[in-house]
Amino acid sequence: MSLSYEGTIPSRPRYGQLTPRPGSGHLFVADGEGADAILALFAGPGAKGMLATTQIVYMPGPTGTDKSAELEKLGADIFFRAPDYSTAQPRLKRLFGSAHMGLQLYLTGTEGLIGQAQRDAIEAGLPHTAMQTEHRGSTVRRVQCVHCKGITENVRTDPFVCSHCGLNLFVRDHYSRRLAAFQGVNIDAEDPGQVPPQVERFA
Amino acid sequence: MGIEFNKETFRDDYTFKNSPAAVRRFPFPFPEDDYMYSVNMEPHVPGRKGSVFEHTFDVDEHYLAEMRDRELVLKSDPLRCQSLPHMTLAGWDLLELIMESKARDYPHWFELHKSGDRWTWINRPMEIEQSFTFLKDDTLPYGPLEYITRQTQGDFTLQDQRDNTLYIDAGTVTTQADWSLDFDVGMAFHEWHAPVPLAHNMGVFDRALKFLLKLQLGSPVRRFNWTMTVDPLLDTSPENYPKWGPSKTTLTMDTIGKRQHLRVELQTLHRLPRSNAIAFPIRAYLASFDDIVTMPKWGRRLHRVVRDVHPDLATYKGFIRNRDLMVQWLSQYDDGKPTSPGWWPEPE
Ligand code: HEM
Repeated sequence: MSLSYEGTIPSRPRYGQLTPRPGSGHLFVADGEGADAILALFAGPGAKGMLATTQIVYMPGPTGTDKSAELEKLGADIFFRAPDYSTAQPRLKRLFGSAHMGLQLYLTGTEGLIGQAQRDAIEAGLPHTAMQTEHRGSTVRRVQCVHCKGITENVRTDPFVCSHCGLNLFVRDHYSRRLAAFQGVNIDAEDPGQVPPQVERFA
Repeated sequence: MGIEFNKETFRDDYTFKNSPAAVRRFPFPFPEDDYMYSVNMEPHVPGRKGSVFEHTFDVDEHYLAEMRDRELVLKSDPLRCQSLPHMTLAGWDLLELIMESKARDYPHWFELHKSGDRWTWINRPMEIEQSFTFLKDDTLPYGPLEYITRQTQGDFTLQDQRDNTLYIDAGTVTTQADWSLDFDVGMAFHEWHAPVPLAHNMGVFDRALKFLLKLQLGSPVRRFNWTMTVDPLLDTSPENYPKWGPSKTTLTMDTIGKRQHLRVELQTLHRLPRSNAIAFPIRAYLASFDDIVTMPKWGRRLHRVVRDVHPDLATYKGFIRNRDLMVQWLSQYDDGKPTSPGWWPEPE
């Protein structure tokens, strides 16, 4: 599944395609189908030699895709599988915090994973020029409720019910890198109770 | 001297009102009979005596009531004032700019006494006298941005300049036209403007940013923005949208003149000396439709603007559902006569 940026707004993140870059080390962070982007990169030219200085941190995707076995077989210096982003986060913060000049960061998988890892890497001071991103797999969204500030992960429908305060929210394309989240706004604020049917916009 | 401060509210019983003098000096934002986005910036130089441009920061009859309203908003939601860690110096820059301007322009209300870096600030209307050490954070009861914006009308944001763009990295935002500081803080110029329709493709934001990156110390600029607000509610935040959204559904021909307000933001941009940041005060003025039509030129013109404005703008500004009603009511005040250029009221 790939994203179309047609009709979206400038705060909505855009993603590229991972390519091998020279560096002192290579850190891949991926979930779900992001594994395919890593496998494709190492199947292509100019990447095999990187394996000895490559670390992969991987977690299954929100729809259950788990390609740990294939990634592990690649033979990277370090392969680590985490159940989800929140459990991987302390490890990643430690890695970002002690990164050496020249470390290349490759983020791939869902937008939620990419956004959160990017936020943590930038907070740790990694230059954005050393980061690449590639969206793969599910298009479910991480959404912040502008009213209660709670974040709902893996939003599939628009509108959806805030998992914290229970308001019916519509999903905007407005995106905050600091929160790594899209914005959700009460859809029946003006006409309480008039909530249109949920449509599956993200899968 | 001159002004009495109104006892009034911007919520609940909405006792806000403009005196006839406040209506006369209201910054009506339309120099012509139609409106579209543009790079509308001009030097922020002192304007006509008595106008809202007479001074760098306008203090008017709503001062104390607005400060009371800000206090209530910050009590209910402290996230309306945020400053990323690297923005404290810009906060001090802003504090200095405001204190020096107000002490110069309104000496009967504000005084600033300096002896070295020991400063004493007197704000008579708010009954504040504060001694502190300039640039020393722990000598004020709040951070410098929060301290001074609790005493100054209008929202304020502070933009850090780096990577050839501006980042909205601090602000006090309690009188906003439906945008969230908490969500936007940390964004770059084109990101926080992302939701605005049409203007990106018109090149408005590219040109505005290019201009701002070169903004010089001591040469502030200003521009207007406007929207529509039902009831004189300052805090039209997205956070509280479920509270104020329903007010849009209850307007009638009988109540619209009193309840529907034109909301005008006088926005100024100032380069700051130590931080090289840009301060962006967003000063909101409210006038009911009843107020507006006391000036025949404004009544005619507002009718034409609201009738003809691009539907994407009316939708973005949140008044599309009441546009027909507004036009119907305003048409009573449009006799079809030509209007003179410029926005001064010219009472007839
Ligand atoms: C650097 C300081 C500035 C800040 C912090 C700022 C902030 C904002 C914000 C937060 C919005 C609302 C966006 C939303 O819907 O979420 C907005 C709207 C807008 N801004 Fe700015 N802005 C700045 C400067 C400018 C300048 C210099 C221009 C000049 C062209 C401009 C033009 C606009 C326009 C046309 C809108 C749409 C307003 C409407 O239709 O109601 N802004 N701005």
